[in-house]
Amino acid sequence: MNRKLKTLVSVLGAAGLGLAAMQAQAQEKVKIGFITDMSSLYADVEGKNGAMAIQMAIDDFGGKVLGKPIELMSADHQNKADIAASKAREWIDTQGLTMLFGGTQSGTALAMAKIADEKKRVFIVNGAGSSALTNDQCTPYTVHYAYDTVALAKGTGSAVVKQGGKSWFFLTADYAFGQALEADTARVVKENGGTVVGSVKHPLNASDFSSFLLQAQSSKAQILGLANAGGDTINTIKAAKEFGITKTMKMAGLLVFITDIHSLGLKNTEGLLLTTSWDWNLNDQTRAFGKKFFEKAKRMPTDIQAADYSATMNYLKAVQAAGTTDADKVMAKLKSTPIDDFYAKGVIRPDGRFAHDMYLMQVKSQKESQQPWDYYKVVAKLPADQVWTTKAESKCALWK
Amino acid sequence: MEIFGVSMPAMMSQLLLGLVNGSFYAILSLGLAVIFGLLNVINFAHGALFMLGALITWMAMSYLGVNYWVMLVASPLVVGVLGVVIERLFLRWIYKLDHLYGLLLTLGLTMVIEGVFRSIYGVSGLGYDTPELLEGATNLGFMILPNYRAWVVVASIVVCVATWYVIERTKLGAYLRAGTENPRLVEAFGVNVPVMITLTYAFGAALAAFAGVLAAPVYQVTPLMGQNLIIVVFAVVVIGGMGSIMGSILTGLGLGVIEGFTKVFYPEASSTVVFVIMAIVLLIRPAGLFGKEK
Repeated sequence: MNRKLKTLVSVLGAAGLGLAAMQAQAQEKVKIGFITDMSSLYADVEGKNGAMAIQMAIDDFGGKVLGKPIELMSADHQNKADIAASKAREWIDTQGLTMLFGGTQSGTALAMAKIADEKKRVFIVNGAGSSALTNDQCTPYTVHYAYDTVALAKGTGSAVVKQGGKSWFFLTADYAFGQALEADTARVVKENGGTVVGSVKHPLNASDFSSFLLQAQSSKAQILGLANAGGDTINTIKAAKEFGITKTMKMAGLLVFITDIHSLGLKNTEGLLLTTSWDWNLNDQTRAFGKKFFEKAKRMPTDIQAADYSATMNYLKAVQAAGTTDADKVMAKLKSTPIDDFYAKGVIRPDGRFAHDMYLMQVKSQKESQQPWDYYKVVAKLPADQVWTTKAESKCALWK
Repeated sequence: MEIFGVSMPAMMSQLLLGLVNGSFYAILSLGLAVIFGLLNVINFAHGALFMLGALITWMAMSYLGVNYWVMLVASPLVVGVLGVVIERLFLRWIYKLDHLYGLLLTLGLTMVIEGVFRSIYGVSGLGYDTPELLEGATNLGFMILPNYRAWVVVASIVVCVATWYVIERTKLGAYLRAGTENPRLVEAFGVNVPVMITLTYAFGAALAAFAGVLAAPVYQVTPLMGQNLIIVVFAVVVIGGMGSIMGSILTGLGLGVIEGFTKVFYPEASSTVVFVIMAIVLLIRPAGLFGKEK
């Protein structure tokens, strides 16, 4: 009963918001929609600061494209695919939405990709990681911009195996993203001569991980692969320290964000290997963006918040160049124009994957860290032609 | 020795971990049961009060340098005072109305409290170190148990039993129970029932905060930590029987253990098992395992 009530209350709230927005006029604006987790375990990774990054890009672009003002609408999908899908549909049907940003949580992104495909809207994903978005579930309108599970697997997975971490046990968030990350990493581990001893799937947003960790420890594997993210990763690492798991196993965080490191502190994360698309402290350009973002948010951007800015900018440039917001023409422009900015350099491939270099990072020790948020040192640059799903591996019909 | 393919030491360690989680369920559901028993209010704000208990502990440490042991007492007191304010300001207007109003009011309060702190601190959480005295772990042979977790079980059982004793075995408790049955008659004997009600709510709030302090070093302190727990705790109260003190303590511990075992045998279901049990109990004993039909 209590859950029902909660849903009822949130539906009422959402309906109220919808009505208010409906009074705005639909046709004269370029409307960008952003649907992500604004309130739960992934809210710090992208959330309201992701919306802020998109707005920053809109403002820097001048607030107008093709003479029309640009409006950003954002919503909280509460990590529920049905809410994400119905919100996307509502915006497209009743608000004249021009393009859609999909946020964190792969289940919601896959659901929104279907709607965007059906309604012919450009759909750019930064927060969600499932590689299915540009593989077996690719669409002509999806751009997967920041990272995906294949890149994380090829980055962290192969690096750890090469360092001698041959036997793996996975702790996996039980939904589309976690399963994809486990499967992609397991494949990389085996290809590099390692073995997968076992895995345990935990519900999304679990609070106590001690039980799962003891199961992992009793497997006698060398490496504990964390196929989860955000609040789940934080609580796992914290409990692993407490139970002394780290004395017998090495942890490999397969998707770790700078906000996670900030929350846990360097003494709990020192030495952790991770793969990321971007860090604010790479060069002068990235530091400039980091500083600008920090002034507004009072924290440094995660790589996907930086991607939110970059993707918005490049989308608006494509609209400008195409002279229209028509999804097919804008997509053609996006896929034919190489991208080179503070975030990344590369091309959007026919399958929708923005192929750019990734970075294998190691978390610094307290001694090495020179200032707040200075957490990563670059171990290796992972070249764009190797780190993503290759043409041979791809099942996407658009890339044959 | 093995049970269903799981070795005995592994079973023992899961049992113990289940007890740790069960301890949190027990204290929280105890507070809910006490409040429901006397005020007839389904206190949805309990999760937010739990979170406040932890967050105030963290704030005291980070901003003022006040240690864990002081906060173990101080934090429940602060939240207890907040409980007085909530009861006097909001709850007293709705006692005569349907349960649903109390639920909606407290749910609204929760959203406000959590929303405020989420916008200040975000969701990733704040680290709180284990107090020095309880650092480290003890090797029990079948598992390595962090000392702090053992303390959680001991502290919560002591608090639960003390609460049960006060309510069921003392004169004050007798007034409380009589007040639940027939407030007018108790008032006629010269007992100030409204004050008693206010203090009961404050006590329930303090219990939630106490659980919050216990939880601070175990989980990351986040504005959402109560949200994750409270739904399960409500199920615990429903299973144990609304208003039954001993029922909620035993059910809390028991369900923690059952949940722990589920994490071994079918981890995917560990977040649902409590609700499956709730559905079954409601079908067979609608008043809950320890509740009395009215």
